[in-house]
Amino acid sequence: MQLIKNGAFIADVWTHVADEDELPDGPAIVSLQRWQKEQNALVARGKPLGIRLKSGEAPSLIAADLDKFDVVALEFPAYRNGRAYSYARLLRERYGYKGEVRAVGAVLRDQFYFLVRVGFDALEVRDNITPEIWKESVGVFTNDYQPSSDGKPSVMSLRHRLAAHASARNAG
Amino acid sequence: MYRYDEFDLKLVNERVAQFRGQVARRLAGELSEDEFKPLRLMNGVYLQLHAYMLRIAIPYGTLSSRQVRKLAHIARVYDKGYGHFTTRQNLQLNWPALKDIPAVLDELASVEMHCIQTSGNCIRNTTSDHYAGSAPGELEDPRVVCEIIRQWSTFHPEFSFLPRKFKIAVSATEHDRAAIRVHDIGVQVVKNATGELGYEVWVGGGLGRTPIIGKKVGDFVPRADLLSYLEAVLRVYNMSGRRDYLYKSGITFLVHEIGAEEMKRLVEEEFEEIRKTGALQLPQEEVDRIQKYFAPPAYETLSDAAPEIDALAAKEKNFADWLKTNVAQHKVPGYAIVNISLKPIGKTPGDCSSEQMEAVADIAEKFAFSEVRVAHEQNLTLANVRKKDLYEVWKALDASELATPNVGLITDQIACPGLDYCNLANARSIPIAQRISERFKDVDLQQKIGRLHINTSGCINACGHHHVGHIGILGVDKKGVEYYQVTLGGAADETAAVGEIVGPAFTEGEIVDAVDTIVKTYLDIRKDGEILLDTYRRVGLQPFKEKLYAAH
Repeated sequence: MQLIKNGAFIADVWTHVADEDELPDGPAIVSLQRWQKEQNALVARGKPLGIRLKSGEAPSLIAADLDKFDVVALEFPAYRNGRAYSYARLLRERYGYKGEVRAVGAVLRDQFYFLVRVGFDALEVRDNITPEIWKESVGVFTNDYQPSSDGKPSVMSLRHRLAAHASARNAG
Repeated sequence: MYRYDEFDLKLVNERVAQFRGQVARRLAGELSEDEFKPLRLMNGVYLQLHAYMLRIAIPYGTLSSRQVRKLAHIARVYDKGYGHFTTRQNLQLNWPALKDIPAVLDELASVEMHCIQTSGNCIRNTTSDHYAGSAPGELEDPRVVCEIIRQWSTFHPEFSFLPRKFKIAVSATEHDRAAIRVHDIGVQVVKNATGELGYEVWVGGGLGRTPIIGKKVGDFVPRADLLSYLEAVLRVYNMSGRRDYLYKSGITFLVHEIGAEEMKRLVEEEFEEIRKTGALQLPQEEVDRIQKYFAPPAYETLSDAAPEIDALAAKEKNFADWLKTNVAQHKVPGYAIVNISLKPIGKTPGDCSSEQMEAVADIAEKFAFSEVRVAHEQNLTLANVRKKDLYEVWKALDASELATPNVGLITDQIACPGLDYCNLANARSIPIAQRISERFKDVDLQQKIGRLHINTSGCINACGHHHVGHIGILGVDKKGVEYYQVTLGGAADETAAVGEIVGPAFTEGEIVDAVDTIVKTYLDIRKDGEILLDTYRRVGLQPFKEKLYAAH
């Protein structure tokens, strides 16, 4: 497994901690259940904290606590299960979350483009993924029809920019 | 017709390049069939019983003559010289070689076509009324909305991995020819008390294993907010739809489980949040830009009467028969809507040869502003024909075996590919439809029977829409033997209903006689002006049951 963060292949400083395991000394990503049970202790620890949501655990469950987390990891139990695409958008657009949103689980190359568009900035990917594959997959389309969390202008707004330029030129 | 601009074109070309890479990886053995499957399914490529099948998108069923000619060419060069028009207004090729598919996609892109989202658990081709733009009483051309939806839904990053495939249909007339109530989302263009246009949104209709008629969730969505509303419905579904059990993963089940009221509440809550951001609000300039492409063609000012045509009809019964059933009223005086039957007696419903496609392209170019529509009933339509040209159009169609006078009648059946092609099917559909067609081939008998829709599916996935056939036929497998279950009273229009099962299933040998018995019973007991559906609605199943199972 390797980590791609904002397009760069980097070393992962985070540890996913199983519910029955002890917390490590450094940055730790815990489950929603552990967070709900050990909230005070986890905050008191004073170390970077992340939370991992399973498919079916909507971000509304942690909306009030988001300032406590440096990472929200969203699970893809299967590539077909696309719930977390909505979760990521809600985190970014509805709750204004600025920390890392990380895709974990079944994260395949043909999802990269979609994942980045909905606001994932970190992806845990298979070891066979190379920077070339990343570049090709994430950049498959130059423009996009619909607005999303990546803040790119939609085709609709690009069209109107062009139209505005054209009419300004004509007027000038 | 909508024309691609630089953005549309680039996107489609980039898609072809991507798929070409994926096919190359598959052919080189870098991808196993298992790994390739989700990728090809994003692009309309299915692995069927005998070969790969390619489904080509025909957005809202509208084609130019140039595009039809290209489809004919593709079917001839890369397949066996014919294609199959589907109930999703798309075209399927049954025998392309995988290695050729990138080339086919290039050919399609050259005429602004593609296979994007014709399969997979994403938002599929948005369908509409095949009379769009020409239907009397239409509030606006529904294809404008369809094109807006097409763009919004294409590679939507949030909704490309839904629990299940997702289908949207749009209608802009009171009489619903687009079957919006049996779609995941049905959009009905409506006008409110102050004369403002907006949309009714029906949610959770669907056929398949558990047929359900959609519920009206949005009463009046303002025009500028339609995409916000659709995004809200899709988001609620994407987050709450079941993913643990394939057969309960449709939005139909979500609405069924939580109830229409709760669905409405969730959607409206989400809708308010999305609307607040303004991100999806439709700018009027964009609506205007798209609307221009669907501006009415240059109609001539004509008298609505066409005495020369009436005179010819009086002389030639075949022409008169065709006029009666295949030609519909147009909103502009002196014009008519011409339906082209792809249901010749005894043939496969929806099949069309390359030569026939070329003939249709030529006829459309000469007589119908170069535009062809695909109807979800698996027929074609020329939406704008001068009445005075009807005889010539008929002659030309007839020369290509495209003038079977049966549109809307008993031999105008919908049938899925069934066990002859499909690896999901339990039973054959096409041969059943063919035999029914032979049994009722007499034109006068067909006209006497009146409007009657027989829909046949080869398995419970219901691609043949059997639930909404006036007579529905479902093929089932009982210990290796094909049986056919019959329903009565289904309808797909504004009176949408799911058919009721008449009783025990019939064998392959009995099924055509069973249909015959139903028809005879109806003819015996019908009142003036009734079609079979009306009679069933008046008397129920009982009289039909008695006759069907009398001998048992």
